[in-house]
Amino acid sequence: MTLKECKTGMTVRVESIGDSLLKERLMTMGLIPGTTIKVLRSAPLGDPMAVGIRSYNLAMRRDDAEKIEVTQVG
Amino acid sequence: MEAAIMNDNIMRVALTGNPNTGKSTIFNEITGARQKIGNWPGVTVDKKEGHVTYGGKEIHVIDLPGTYSVNARSPEEKIVIDFLQEQKMDLVVDVIDSSNIERNLFLTVQLLEKGIPMVLDLNMQDEAKRRGVKIDIKKLEKILGYPVIVTVARDGSSIKNLLHVFTSISMESYGPTERLNEHIAKIQEIENSGLEGMELQEAIIKQRYAFIDSIMDEAVEVTNAGTSFTEKVDSVLANGVLALPLFLAILYGVFQITFEWIGQPIADALDDFIAGDFTDWVAGALEGAEVADWMQALILDGIIGGVGSVLVFVPLIFILFFCLSFLDGTGYMARVAFIMDPIMRRAGLSGKSVMPLMMGFGCGVPSIMGARALDNEKDRILSILAAPFLTCGAKLPIMALFAAMFFPEDATNVVFAMYIVGVVMAIVSTKLLTAAKYKDETATFLLELPPYRMPDMKTVLLETWDKGKGYLVKAGTIIFAGCIIIWFLGAFNFDGMVEEQSESFLASIGAVVGALFTFHGFGNWEAGAAVISGILAKESVVSTIGVLYGLPDVSAEAEDAIETAEALGATGMAAAFTSLSALAFMVFSQLYTPCVTALGTIKKETNSWKMMFFAAGYMFALAWVVSLIVYQVGRLLGFE
Repeated sequence: MTLKECKTGMTVRVESIGDSLLKERLMTMGLIPGTTIKVLRSAPLGDPMAVGIRSYNLAMRRDDAEKIEVTQVG
Repeated sequence: MEAAIMNDNIMRVALTGNPNTGKSTIFNEITGARQKIGNWPGVTVDKKEGHVTYGGKEIHVIDLPGTYSVNARSPEEKIVIDFLQEQKMDLVVDVIDSSNIERNLFLTVQLLEKGIPMVLDLNMQDEAKRRGVKIDIKKLEKILGYPVIVTVARDGSSIKNLLHVFTSISMESYGPTERLNEHIAKIQEIENSGLEGMELQEAIIKQRYAFIDSIMDEAVEVTNAGTSFTEKVDSVLANGVLALPLFLAILYGVFQITFEWIGQPIADALDDFIAGDFTDWVAGALEGAEVADWMQALILDGIIGGVGSVLVFVPLIFILFFCLSFLDGTGYMARVAFIMDPIMRRAGLSGKSVMPLMMGFGCGVPSIMGARALDNEKDRILSILAAPFLTCGAKLPIMALFAAMFFPEDATNVVFAMYIVGVVMAIVSTKLLTAAKYKDETATFLLELPPYRMPDMKTVLLETWDKGKGYLVKAGTIIFAGCIIIWFLGAFNFDGMVEEQSESFLASIGAVVGALFTFHGFGNWEAGAAVISGILAKESVVSTIGVLYGLPDVSAEAEDAIETAEALGATGMAAAFTSLSALAFMVFSQLYTPCVTALGTIKKETNSWKMMFFAAGYMFALAWVVSLIVYQVGRLLGFE
């Protein structure tokens, strides 16, 4: 599944990141295969979404989250 | 010889680090007002430099742009790495947010790989403690081989300690450890492995985080401190349906503070002083010195009247920017970008444009400059071209005057409607430009949501000053010169000084421009002259109208609009406009070509004369069309 489909409260692990304009920036900011992500919330209109990684919070649009393959761990 | 001795005494320190680490707060606390903000050559990135004397030593500090890495993919990243590799600094301090050390170490490790010796400053210690992050400083020093110090950004003793470290540390006694060298060797191995492009980057980034993970395992202990304060606040302010009305309420509060509670009363007092005591005093002095009549008129009506009408906006603008800088300092503006992104995106902009555009209700210049914070060229240009449509502090008096004069029953609603016209046209224009130029571009949005913090007051005040000072400069330069020019044009023609203003240069020029508005209902020379002076500065529209209709000392202040309207109602102005043509004039004023200061800022920020002339012509044309539609449709509907 992709990060886009994840519901608030889910904890997932990154499997892979597809090619996108953001890929290098995402990885630089610590989102690499193996990283654990907690889905924190969505903006009032459902997009963008906020996630917690490596002890900080990051917001991204769902279209960008679609490029991130994850598996649920909790 | 002397220069060499001086250089020995000056110590050069560079601050580097991620965004949101309190790096700028440290810089502001160290240098205070002894700083200047300029530009890095060729790019629109702030260059912040300052100095301080400590222990008899002069220390020059440079605050490098906050970046997450130095891959040189953005101008900021390129500046940081070029600067650190080319300039010989006495000391480089890497400011790290202790509560978020894991990601912060990425930049640290990357810089250490490049052989840049650094002091690691674990900042925000108090916050880290609250969040259950414990860092073993000695271990960290031992792993990397470089000195580690601890600070709490706002705490005076921390700053003193930092200055002490600046002057006493000798970096020669530090160097990379075996372990760091092993990591660097691994990176070099990957670089030489034949991998290319994104695959190479991916492998390098993974190795870096593997190294960071091993540091985390040994030197950092994280105990779960339960739901953090930030999470609790965000569950209200950035979550669910309540977030949007709460944002509107906060926005409303900011405008109340600016235009009702604090800003306006100060502006009123200032206006009373300038128009009253100060003008009387100058008039007395001029009379006493037996200055020529025309010179007295120039100074009193032209300069004091004109410059004074601009100065009275200064409190409003500073209060607005103070509120926005304060909100930014708390971390709330990042949430605004988050919750507003879907809405802004439908308009063709990004959530990150909200903060710069909100400044546009004060003054377009910092609003245009604020677009620097946006991620890509498309968002930046669109935000820059949207800002001038908004009702800045200088357009407000035009709206207030015309509304009070021609719509006395509904003045407040008409002024509010003009704000809406500005916002709607900013959206329409952005849609037009997107369709014309950026149709196929996809924009991305990645935004850190930093923890909520109590903003550092020094930083808030310095930011307010930095954003608002342009307005003061404008009053002293362009408006000053403009007032003199308009006054001369209105007082002279080729035959010398004129009796009647309708024979002046200004009338001739105004008549040509006024002819453009024959079908708008305000094709008279007075309106034409007001339109011209509005390109100089929007503040000049009201004062020009006042001068032309024989009331030289009209107040350019929204608060006095009713009195001014009554006074002007007795002049030719009441007959020159109908309600409908007044409305058309207001719409035109709201939308047309921004003032020269804003145009200059567009040139500077886009580095393109073409863009500046495009903005000037495009906005004039758009305003002309919309205003024409308002007038002609209004007539068809039977309005007068």
